[in-house]
Amino acid sequence: MVTEKENLDVFVWRGLAETGRFERYEVPAQDSQTILDVVSWIQQNLDATLAYRFACRVGMCGSCAMMVNGEPRWTCRTHVRKVLRGNQLKIAPLRNLPVIRDLATDMDPFFDKWVAAEGHHHPTRTRDDAIEALDPQSPERRAANAGIECINCAVCYAACDTVANNPDFLGPAALQRAWTVHNDARDGDQPAILEAVSGKGGCHNCHSQGSCAQYCPNDLNPMTAIAGLKRASVKSFFKRER
Amino acid sequence: MIRPHRTHPLWLAYFLHRLSGLVLALFLPLHFYVISLALTQPERLDGFLRWTEMPVVKLAEVGLVFLLAVHIFGGLRLMALEFLPWSGRQKTLAASALAVSFFVSLTFFLRAV
Repeated sequence: MVTEKENLDVFVWRGLAETGRFERYEVPAQDSQTILDVVSWIQQNLDATLAYRFACRVGMCGSCAMMVNGEPRWTCRTHVRKVLRGNQLKIAPLRNLPVIRDLATDMDPFFDKWVAAEGHHHPTRTRDDAIEALDPQSPERRAANAGIECINCAVCYAACDTVANNPDFLGPAALQRAWTVHNDARDGDQPAILEAVSGKGGCHNCHSQGSCAQYCPNDLNPMTAIAGLKRASVKSFFKRER
Repeated sequence: MIRPHRTHPLWLAYFLHRLSGLVLALFLPLHFYVISLALTQPERLDGFLRWTEMPVVKLAEVGLVFLLAVHIFGGLRLMALEFLPWSGRQKTLAASALAVSFFVSLTFFLRAV
């Protein structure tokens, strides 16, 4: 347990992915301090040029994820005392994404895959039609509900070794979104979703290591969704739909 | 060392499945070669079978039985995960596969001694 007088030994990644290095900073320890507090303190008091990303500070926006002591975490909701090793912290940009500078990663590949997995609504009605009634207790709706709290933080994407080894793999978040849309009764193009997720880099590449579920800060389980997509695409294959 | 983001049960189950599969793949050609000796050189096969009675070879066989069992039961878990209705108890199932594999290889060991 650290007291208020102690300083934390914080090693922060500075620079680009290839030429960068960890730099050491001393940050005063405080009660109820989060990793984002530490990063912000460095930026405000020691080096104004430190690049990092955050917005809401309360676990809603999904923009502040970083690698903390080798594990992907949402930094705004990660308490220092829970992850401190000795008196040290090692903070790096998210894994599996291109580094722009310091702790800021380029999220484009992550969101591009979201689109590539057909993880968007395929409408069946216009604004002139009545609102469709949904049964909240139906198995499909429950399956869809299980994934809708995703905040696109890319923690699962950074935790996944399959993404690390296969740049084409769509990743846990995009596939979970596809499964959510696939189970939505209002969605009009389920075959397109299955087509998008069952090809190269699709759900069948998943090795079920479960790191996505292990690290999801919202306790979602993308592995469940990917298993669902695997079953749905196999079923569709044997029915000769695709 | 195992990197921090990999130190959880299901990743270790994945690793064990890969490792056992790799070792079994290396073992199988040797296994088929030895069996083929029954047709080509029966006297060499008899010599080899006497060699396998040595305790240290028996112990290695226990390891082989463990790898085979852990690959079978771990593989069954993965097939159930992909083809049966979802079960949230994957860690329990992975641990059960390991436990059954220990049981099978221990039974083999006790019969061997």
